[in-house]
Amino acid sequence: MLEAYPDNRLARVLLWSFCALVLAFLMLPTLVVVPLSFSASDLLEFPPRAYSLRWYENFFGSATWMAGLRTSLILGTLTATLAVPLALLACISINRLGGRTALAIQGALLTPSIVPGILLAIGLFFVLAAQRLVGTLFGVLVGHVVLAIPVACIVLLPALARFDWNQVQAARSLGANWARAIGGIIVPQLQISLLSATLMAFLTSLDESVISIFVASGQNSTLPKLMFLSLRDQIDPTIAAISTLWTVIVLVAVLIVSFRQKS
Amino acid sequence: MMKSLPITIDSVRKAYGSYVALDDVSLDIQAGEFLTLLGPSGSGKTTLLMALAGFVRPDRGKLLLGDRDITRLAPNKRDIGIVFQNYALFPHMNVLANVEYPLALRKTPKAEARRRALDALARVKLDGLAERDIAALSGGQRQRVALARAIVFEPRVMLMDEPLSALDKNLRETMQYEIRRLHDDLGITTIYVTHDQREALIMSDRVAVMNSGRIQQIDTPQQIYDRPSTRFVAEFMGEANIVAPGAARRIDGADASRETLMIRAESFHLDAKIVGRDGVALEGTLRAKAFRGENWLLTLALDAGQEILVCIPAALASGCAELATGQRVTAYAPAAKVHAIPGAVA
Repeated sequence: MLEAYPDNRLARVLLWSFCALVLAFLMLPTLVVVPLSFSASDLLEFPPRAYSLRWYENFFGSATWMAGLRTSLILGTLTATLAVPLALLACISINRLGGRTALAIQGALLTPSIVPGILLAIGLFFVLAAQRLVGTLFGVLVGHVVLAIPVACIVLLPALARFDWNQVQAARSLGANWARAIGGIIVPQLQISLLSATLMAFLTSLDESVISIFVASGQNSTLPKLMFLSLRDQIDPTIAAISTLWTVIVLVAVLIVSFRQKS
Repeated sequence: MMKSLPITIDSVRKAYGSYVALDDVSLDIQAGEFLTLLGPSGSGKTTLLMALAGFVRPDRGKLLLGDRDITRLAPNKRDIGIVFQNYALFPHMNVLANVEYPLALRKTPKAEARRRALDALARVKLDGLAERDIAALSGGQRQRVALARAIVFEPRVMLMDEPLSALDKNLRETMQYEIRRLHDDLGITTIYVTHDQREALIMSDRVAVMNSGRIQQIDTPQQIYDRPSTRFVAEFMGEANIVAPGAARRIDGADASRETLMIRAESFHLDAKIVGRDGVALEGTLRAKAFRGENWLLTLALDAGQEILVCIPAALASGCAELATGQRVTAYAPAAKVHAIPGAVA
């Protein structure tokens, strides 16, 4: 884009400033939380008058918050391990099937990412209630997997579209059954896309609050659910501390994945 | 020498909606034979090959490998070596790993797998490239890796789907001889798909010409070329002149054939004495002439209006250079090279 106007310095300056503004607009709300979390005050105040680590202590010292963190990490891991293989198989079928049927299936698979979360949560609540699964970790897991599959599919479908299917036929003719052809030929070559899909599925679960609020019960509460509840009851900078930690965790995960993609 | 098997294709039909890809195809291929499926794109040749490989399930009919019915057998249980048009090598493995892959699937002990893979690579003249990455190979080398991978597990049948179409002309000709030599060394039943008639003639024991999902003719290359059974085969195989009944006269004045005749462009001579008295003569006006290096190509308009192509080898064509368009020219063909196509209308 910039190469198109190599001589027009004004245009370049304007473009760069505009991009910088957009980025600032996107980033600032997240960054504001960081100084808040190091505040010594009982209230959320910006800029903080004094700094401390007390809200981090509060977070790591609280059995409730720690249980929430554990639940969220377990749930995120389980969601990614279930959703990504399922999404891969679904995407392979869509890719091979082609035509209108494939489009219909693809549409159905992507619905959970389009339907408002609250509707999905209400629907899921009734389905799980009928199975007596409300309040169980498994119930929340089902909800998160349903949400994570479309996210993983969006990453995997274009990668499969570029994949040379003849390789699978070659592997089959050389004696590989389906499982070995997928595991030995497709998976190693889609490694990077699968890694991205795993990260996206993990983050989808980590970030999800609506289904958790509806379906998770006391001891299975996820971190986002606890954060919402605490915002409702009392506002203190613990939330800011958690948000900061969260941002760091996600940033690290994304950086690891993008560095692996580069190498 | 591997133990190769015959293949029987019995009334196989495959339709996609209203499009019939294979229309009751039957074909017997002998053990150790090199058979080519030749036809234009959409003729069904690749569909037939994919049915043998197990990637296309016939709607009707049976496929036998030896006396075993493989119509519904999974592709990985058929023990058929396949060379794909784009080679379908595994880019995440090096050359050796590609060739060892079928052996690893068969749980062949490591040392033996290595020995056999290196042996297969030597057979296709790729010694010394075992550790190369696939991305570092030329098109011809990839072709050889694909061949090595397809023969290393000693399949009883080999299928090749236009394996040389991506190579340039010189390399293609080298590989034609090498694939044929490999076939002769291994004695493996081979079905080869191509749309290149020269390739089919050069390589095959027998050629099956396909069109619109049917086998038009199956015969030795020479028979297919000289004695085509349909007009389609005649025209697909080379520069064929289809001459209407009555357009050709016998040199000796006897009654000419009442049938539609096929005369290849290169069967003609301009000198009646070479041809013999039972040959035929076609007289017309010279419309165009072109020097093509090894031969001259003359276009004659017969009096009935039809145009024929006459190809005269440059070595015998003294006088062709002097011919002028508009001049009357008579082309003669020996009786042995005049073939009546049953039922064809010019």
